[in-house]
Amino acid sequence: MLTVLLSTLAALVLLALAAPWLAGRAPASALVHGGSAAAGAVFALLGLWALAAGPSEAMDLPFGTSFGPLGVALDGLSAWFLLLLGIAALCASLFGLAHEARAPARVLVAYPLFLAGMALTLVAADGVTLLLGFEAMSLASWVLVAHDHGNAGNRRAAQLYLVFAALAAVCLVPALGLLAGPGGDLSFAAIRESPPQGWQAALILALVVAGAGAKAGLVPLHAWLPLAHPAAPSHVSALMSAAMTKVALYVAARLLLDLGGPAQPVWWGVPLVALGAASAVLGALRANLEDEGKTLLACSTIENVGLVAVGLGLAACFRAADLGALAALAAGAALLHALNHAVFKTLLFLGMGEVAHGAASRRLDRLGGLIHPMPWTAACVLVGACAAASLPPLSGFAGEWLLLQALIAAWRVGDLTVQMLVLVATAMVALAAAMAAAAMVRMFGLIFLGRPRTPRAAGGHDGPLLSRMSLLVPAVLTVLLGLLPGPMLALGAEAQRLLTGEAMEGRAGFAVVAVGDGAAAYWPVGAALLLAVALLAVWALVKRPAASEPDRGPAWDCGFAAAPQHLPFGDPLTQPSAAGMGQPLRRMLGNPMLSVTESVTMPEPGTTAPARIEMGFRDPSFALLLAPLAALRDAVVIRTERLRDLSIRQCLMLPFAALVALLVLIAWLEGGA
Amino acid sequence: MGTPAYDVSHLIGGGVLLLSFVMLYQRRIGAVINSFAVQGALLACAAAWQGWVQSAPELYLTALIAFSAKAVAIPLALRLLVGRLGLHKAVETSLGIGASLAAAIGLVGLSVLVVLPVTAGGATPLARVDLTIALSVVLLGMLAMIARRNAISQVIGLLTLENGLILAAVGVAGMPLVVELSTAALVLMVALVAAVVVFQIRDRLDTLDTHVLDRQRGDA
Repeated sequence: MLTVLLSTLAALVLLALAAPWLAGRAPASALVHGGSAAAGAVFALLGLWALAAGPSEAMDLPFGTSFGPLGVALDGLSAWFLLLLGIAALCASLFGLAHEARAPARVLVAYPLFLAGMALTLVAADGVTLLLGFEAMSLASWVLVAHDHGNAGNRRAAQLYLVFAALAAVCLVPALGLLAGPGGDLSFAAIRESPPQGWQAALILALVVAGAGAKAGLVPLHAWLPLAHPAAPSHVSALMSAAMTKVALYVAARLLLDLGGPAQPVWWGVPLVALGAASAVLGALRANLEDEGKTLLACSTIENVGLVAVGLGLAACFRAADLGALAALAAGAALLHALNHAVFKTLLFLGMGEVAHGAASRRLDRLGGLIHPMPWTAACVLVGACAAASLPPLSGFAGEWLLLQALIAAWRVGDLTVQMLVLVATAMVALAAAMAAAAMVRMFGLIFLGRPRTPRAAGGHDGPLLSRMSLLVPAVLTVLLGLLPGPMLALGAEAQRLLTGEAMEGRAGFAVVAVGDGAAAYWPVGAALLLAVALLAVWALVKRPAASEPDRGPAWDCGFAAAPQHLPFGDPLTQPSAAGMGQPLRRMLGNPMLSVTESVTMPEPGTTAPARIEMGFRDPSFALLLAPLAALRDAVVIRTERLRDLSIRQCLMLPFAALVALLVLIAWLEGGA
Repeated sequence: MGTPAYDVSHLIGGGVLLLSFVMLYQRRIGAVINSFAVQGALLACAAAWQGWVQSAPELYLTALIAFSAKAVAIPLALRLLVGRLGLHKAVETSLGIGASLAAAIGLVGLSVLVVLPVTAGGATPLARVDLTIALSVVLLGMLAMIARRNAISQVIGLLTLENGLILAAVGVAGMPLVVELSTAALVLMVALVAAVVVFQIRDRLDTLDTHVLDRQRGDA
């Protein structure tokens, strides 16, 4: 099994190496994206196989580093995330195959490396391999974000992205160093033998939450996400949002829950719960205010990453309080939501890419009415949007429902602080779920419903068969995963056991998912049948007395005068705009979280100038986190510049002082030992 | 302990270290060069003695090279240089004599604290003491480079540093001659470059006080 996986990884690297020579010729993109699609299919099948047939033996690569051999293994947790990565990679590569025929060489080189890096991170069996994969993923995705570097905005996004990638590395490397087993052994087996304790454990917790959180987009380290996703090509942003953030969450789960050992205290999960709840609310709120399609989806990703983080944190709290069944429930919810989010977010990003191709814009205010010219895309995005709005029986519902059930049961952790925190977190998660639904209604309504806001939007069209397939596959999977959460939870039992020591056995059946004995239960198939019956009844009631062909009339424009000649699709001002639809939520919740500004400029009486209303909001992480950090960087740079003014003797003295300091350190360490 | 082999090499090593101290408190440049020559001769003795103790004939070659270069050639060249340049005979110190001696004692203590525990496992007592002394000589060479303003004294500090390296190399049994030769060649090259720079500085600035250089920096 691992041999197949490693050969696939090697093939991806070979593809990346071959891409520069092939670039410029017609089949280059087809080869790279086709190969990546095949690799994605292999990853998904291997993940499924490993989940069904049990974990495989660990294997050492034939080469190693000075820290020991590089090892790979495929256990339940790796396999679950590998399945998720495979599905996302398959769909994204199909989309790339359909639309990116003239992709430049830098994209063709970085894309397979990005995939290979993510897969290597997932199957790593020791710290060095994990870091190698993680950094390959970071760097390759940076190239992809920066691919269109002619645009100043993209350059800025790539710069910010690189800073956050470096931050993740700066945090994860010392965290793994602190985790190392006796004698600096970095293999996961050795780390499990000697779990961290005391101040080291607290430091590891802080470093891993910061390092993995920076890559996953947890508040307050989320600033790069809404900038980097629009800068990357659509299929890459689908992969980044669906798979890369999950890989970061996998690293957090692996290092904190699996390798951290079961003996950690209750507060071990608290940072994840707190930051996750904050991310969920902030992401969902921003998703309601953005007017650029991919930025909106990126903010929705922040929300969903937050939900998964809350699940992981809760699992840690429950496990520390010896509530094994509830811990398995929370871990199951987190894993299920990670998988479901990966699938429907791939679908939504690819759908947005299709809209950008078909209607030449991603700004909500330049789209509208696309359901008529782009029926395939509209139908598939509707499925994804309903899942993102967590409507039953689609896939988004099951995970969020289980998560809320776990949150509601969290009072059983005896600690009062945790109880209060979880109370707040429950409210925040519920608020986030509602706001996510509102954001999806706004997105779908503005893009696909109503009338076209620009002539270009009226000329939209569906993509070729291949890109329709790339939307159809995740749409079908979203429905299937929504109907079958029980079997998926049963498949992921090994992953839940790795994270919490227990699994949701007996509670995840084919047709029913139960929270616990005598508690709430969810019948997805039953819910789907009920909904289908209700919808059929409504359809029959509406259809029976109606004529066989619908009558199409002009849309009612709220009693305004007829549109002028130069606006063939009606005055755009008679339709709600993106800012207008976000208005109520911005006024209600925007302050103080997003420091919303709103100003009205009235013209002087007698002038013909229009009155202007200007609105905007700023993400607090820029003012509170990035601006002070930039100031600190400038101060440090100015200090280090002074080194250039040293005299020769002072220059000589610097290395001498460093040498003496190191010798003193050795003497001190040897004396202490 | 207490064998003649140990005692003698201890004695010679101590002598080399003592001369490093001597160099630090000399105020006249001629005296500094003299003590450097004596140190080179002692280094040659140490190499020869180690060659006899370890029955390693190649160390006699090392001793010969060390004597001819360190005790004869380089001091002569430096004296010629001083004569030709008509240098001031007094050495300007940037760190006071007392302070540099105190720092030197601290550095010797530090190297004892570092080397003895680190080598507590396998090394022979002879090698341990030898390494301690060698590390001290290296550190004192660096200190001499910092404590003096005169370019010639700084070159001598660099060469003393190299003496320490050779002392460490001959003290450890089985160190191939290649290492010593290449180290010596490297440091000689550095000394050559330093000499060229010294001439250049003098031609341009009419002094060898490196303090004056600070004003000539391009990026200031």
